Amino acid sequence: MLRVESVFKSFDEFMAVNGANLQVEKGEIVAVIGPNGAGKTTLFNLITGLLKPDRGRIIFKEEDITPLPPYEICRKGITRSFQIVNIFPRLTVFGNVQVAVLSHQRRSSNLFRSAERIAVKETREILETVGLLDKENLVAGSLSHGDQKILEIAIALGNEPELLILDEPTAGMSPEETQKTMELIKRLAKMRELTILFCEHDMEIVFSIAQRIMVMRHGRTIIQGTPEEVRSHPEVQEAYLGEEYARG
Amino acid sequence: MGDKRKPSNAVWILGIIFLFLIFIPPFAPRFFTYILGLIFVTSLVAMSLNLVVGFGGMFQFHHGVFYGVSAYATALVLTKTSLATWIGFMAGPIVATLTGLIIGWFCVRLTRLYFGMLQISLGSLLWAIVFRWYSFTGGDDGIHGIRMPSLLMSLNNSYYFILAIFILSLLLMYKILKSPFGNTLQAIRDNPQRCEAVGINVRRYQLLGILIATFFAGVAGVLFVILERSVFADLLFWVLSLEILIMCLLGGWFTFFGPILGTAIIISLRTFVGKYTEYWTLILGIILILVIFFLPEGVMGYVQEVLKPKMKEVKQEEKGIDASSGIGF
Repeated sequence: MLRVESVFKSFDEFMAVNGANLQVEKGEIVAVIGPNGAGKTTLFNLITGLLKPDRGRIIFKEEDITPLPPYEICRKGITRSFQIVNIFPRLTVFGNVQVAVLSHQRRSSNLFRSAERIAVKETREILETVGLLDKENLVAGSLSHGDQKILEIAIALGNEPELLILDEPTAGMSPEETQKTMELIKRLAKMRELTILFCEHDMEIVFSIAQRIMVMRHGRTIIQGTPEEVRSHPEVQEAYLGEEYARG
Repeated sequence: MGDKRKPSNAVWILGIIFLFLIFIPPFAPRFFTYILGLIFVTSLVAMSLNLVVGFGGMFQFHHGVFYGVSAYATALVLTKTSLATWIGFMAGPIVATLTGLIIGWFCVRLTRLYFGMLQISLGSLLWAIVFRWYSFTGGDDGIHGIRMPSLLMSLNNSYYFILAIFILSLLLMYKILKSPFGNTLQAIRDNPQRCEAVGINVRRYQLLGILIATFFAGVAGVLFVILERSVFADLLFWVLSLEILIMCLLGGWFTFFGPILGTAIIISLRTFVGKYTEYWTLILGIILILVIFFLPEGVMGYVQEVLKPKMKEVKQEEKGIDASSGIGF
């Protein structure tokens, strides 16, 4: 479904992504792991068009999406959530998700109908799925951090994506919230037949829900494979798992 | 969103104000009627500016140009051609919107402050043309004694016409702000990057916002000609654009009616305090400093803030901030 073919991206002298490869098949849950600064977020920014690669190609459903602007990539069926909360703080929770739903239904430029009555069902459905329906009338900026991260995912669902990209969905969450969010992601994958690509710091989470894992280091792909393959890969153990697991 | 109380209250207040405005002309002195008319016209410019500045988050620094261009288009059609009056009235908004399309097309390609700087440059260029092209625009003399149909000859009739168009424009603008487009525009103001990520072509929507705002500025330009029967190059000068920007700031960026209040304050100051001292802008400056320090959301924003807790008690809101769904009153 998604193929990232030896992509490079540098900021001045720093090679943030230095030949990354990634393959995601339909219906899979794929995780990208790697130490801080390995280039995970940059990779996601490249896939979703926020940044343009210096070299390499990104193919989605047999189509080269590398040169497209973010809004067109979104319309092809890829949406994302952000690592650092990136919502509409002055709008209501409902309004946040509705913006995405309206955009998906191509009704954002409707000038004369009242927005209160458009796309209400679809928006509520999403809020219900993620468990924010009881907070729909609150201003998004007033939510707790955990709820804002959930809202992140809800906004991304508004476009009914085929591929959902989650950039550290549980960053800054309490253990209980993390648990709940992971359940949610699993549920979403099943209910909506979503393909999910995510990155995450917590190794337990990654190995418990990802079907395949890609490991990055210094912007380079070390390996992509099943959790077992990844766990037994020598360079991975040395580079990444070693630090975490040796201690734990 | 489901706040049923506020709209009905607001409707009552607005209804009373409306009745009051209808009954004023026969009883008030001519000058008073004229000042009210001027407040409506200027408010309309300020509110159209607020669509893009307050609700769209764009640095529309030279909005007066579109107002002035429309006034000149109307005046030129009415004085230089023998076309029907209504064609002159249509020409204003059309020319303003086209100007908005051209200037806006360049501006939305730039970010924030550069957007504003480019607009000031392009707008000043238009001002220079109007100011210098003596044979066509009358230069710094302007154009005077523009003929009006007999129905709009008396001040009172002009007043009613302006009031009617003003209210119609307000209703339209309110409807647009409450529409999916209005929501999207506010979302772009809050977070353009996220809007791109949910499939919104930000530049296109910003341009559409500019077109709508310049259209209403154009409507105001026509009303200005009806009220004044003359136009002058100052309408396109950057000082006026700054003044209407201050009107929005004073009244409240994030409120719908704020700019009207801001306009009323500034025009009243200029008219009534300006009679006694030419330093009325000093008083305006002091008021502005006080507002920025103590009422950063503007006067109307403050009023809203004061009213809010009451609403919450009525609704027995349990916790968190209740949403005023983006547009306050």
